[in-house]
Amino acid sequence: MQIAHDILLRSYRSMRTIRDFEERLHVEFATGEIPGFVHLYCGEEASAVGVCAHLSDTDTIASTHRGHGHCIAKGVGVEGMMAEIYGRKTGVCHGKGGSMHIADLSLGMLGANGIVGGGPPLICGAALSHKVLKDGGVAVAFYGDGASNEGTTLESLNLAMVWQLPAVFVCEDNGYGEATGASYACAGTQKARAAGFGMPYFDCDGTDFFAVHEAAGQAIAHARAGHGPVMLHVHLARWYGHFEGDAMTYRANGEVARERSEHDCLQNFRKHVTETSLLDLSALDDIDSNVKDEIEAAVKAAKNAPLPEPADLQADVYVSY
Amino acid sequence: MSKKSFRQAINEALRQEMQRDPRVILMGEDIAGGQGGSAGVVDAWGGVLGVTKGLYTEFGAERVFDTPISEASYIGAAVGAAATGLRPVAELMFVDFVGSCLDQIMNQAAKFRYMFGGKARTPLVIRAMYGAGFNAAAQHSQALYPLFTHIPGLKVVVPSSPYEAKGLLIEAIRDDDPVIFLENKVMYDDEEEVPDEPYSIPFGEANLTREGDDVTIVAFGRMVNFANEAADRLGKDGISCTVIDPRTTSPLDSATILECVEDTGRLVIVDESSPRCNMATDVAALVAEQAFDALRAPIRQVVPPHTPVPFATVLEKLYLPDAARIESAVRSVMAYKKAKQDA
Repeated sequence: MQIAHDILLRSYRSMRTIRDFEERLHVEFATGEIPGFVHLYCGEEASAVGVCAHLSDTDTIASTHRGHGHCIAKGVGVEGMMAEIYGRKTGVCHGKGGSMHIADLSLGMLGANGIVGGGPPLICGAALSHKVLKDGGVAVAFYGDGASNEGTTLESLNLAMVWQLPAVFVCEDNGYGEATGASYACAGTQKARAAGFGMPYFDCDGTDFFAVHEAAGQAIAHARAGHGPVMLHVHLARWYGHFEGDAMTYRANGEVARERSEHDCLQNFRKHVTETSLLDLSALDDIDSNVKDEIEAAVKAAKNAPLPEPADLQADVYVSY
Repeated sequence: MSKKSFRQAINEALRQEMQRDPRVILMGEDIAGGQGGSAGVVDAWGGVLGVTKGLYTEFGAERVFDTPISEASYIGAAVGAAATGLRPVAELMFVDFVGSCLDQIMNQAAKFRYMFGGKARTPLVIRAMYGAGFNAAAQHSQALYPLFTHIPGLKVVVPSSPYEAKGLLIEAIRDDDPVIFLENKVMYDDEEEVPDEPYSIPFGEANLTREGDDVTIVAFGRMVNFANEAADRLGKDGISCTVIDPRTTSPLDSATILECVEDTGRLVIVDESSPRCNMATDVAALVAEQAFDALRAPIRQVVPPHTPVPFATVLEKLYLPDAARIESAVRSVMAYKKAKQDA
């Protein structure tokens, strides 16, 4: 599939933004200035961006606790996100959600989710909205190999087939549910699970943007055309722990280093576009430099942003009460 | 105006709201029945007790969805649909089944607005049957409204009659927050005059079904009927009671409860839910904290024992509060004399 120039540039920018956002959080978290839990998406950027390249604001996604990448790929601004993670009033959720609950419904971002397997049922509902309201939208659930074992996920695969929903189930398989290997925790295969529900199955190398873009394009087109839900199984690796502070002693020596050196989606992207003369490296370098400044500005703004006020504690529990 | 059953009143509220607003959809197990390729009658059941009967026939497969027996997925789908432009009314059949889908209610629907910084609206109604009295035993008889009342972000409705059910359900469907609407299964055939036209009853405004000077009785759902029965009997003996039907446990009309207790100085609370951390303890705490000086006798709670709901009729009758127990609780608070003051 030929990918338009502007989409290539936008996708690279989006992946670079996720990478720098997360790498910076890794550094900042270590200083102790960021409250709560942070789960980083580094290494998995091509998945969020390759899928979201096919979506617009009228499509819906639901994300996971490892949600920063999905938010950025769906267009949520990094300044509001960074402020949110710092617990500031200027955050995208006014400092009341934090890292695991970043959402922007106006962009079709139905939220990161602190509950493993929380997203798939919600996405059945969003897909139902698209179907009933006939707005042409699709709904995409990102979930991990860990969440693939939740009853909510399996029930959602069934419901989506029964109702023939325009839903896409993106299983981001990074090989670990927290500290436990998928090879131990997942019986059978994701492919066989999809087949069990009669659901079309696609899979791809999640460290290769072009592979994700190609597979996601087919999967999303199927759902958008009204042919029912699909599963997209994305094979990838996470570069940091389950949460920040996780020493990853459960992983093999050299495993992460090898992923970084051999399966870096950004390096692969740069290599691919230069080998195929799709883009000029200088354009990518410009993006790198712009993103660097943008993240720097976001961190600075977040640190200087006002904290929530006491009155915010009891605001927005209900629309009316 | 005509006589309608609790079941008919709920059906009429659903029908009228679906006619008014195309975004209102229904989903639940067998809420039509026979949908999608069964060999027999389509719209065969209208839910296990026939509450939604006829709505599939009137509104069709684009508005009324039979679901698999899969509470986590379809309650979650109702939440997701509510957050993205529809106004779903999901039937959970028995509220006891919330064990299979509590996450979708407690961690998703209830929390969206707050944790997303006020940017989400989740206009969702979850209808479910509750209550003992049907020999339905421990897993089909609970009165779990305190469980939902405990969760910020949810509104909880416990209607006490057909008239109340219609007005409160219409309000619930028009409300922009997630609402848990609990129907006592023993009441479906209860009848009273119910207006034919749509009307709504606001949340958080209690209804005084009896007014009196001696004792305030606060009762929830079906217990309001028992409280009325007790109050009428006590009236013949010269004991006059106020009976408060709070209608909603969240929001709770604390002001009316406190005002009535200020007037009567005595309080009996009737709650069919399990006795620890239920509405009775909640109202008792409210009054103890904010109307202590008005109390002329200890607060009495008429509640079931701390046991699962039993199956055998003889045990279930023993389990549930009834008019006789309310009457005796009222007589005991009337008979109470403050020892220290008398000494």
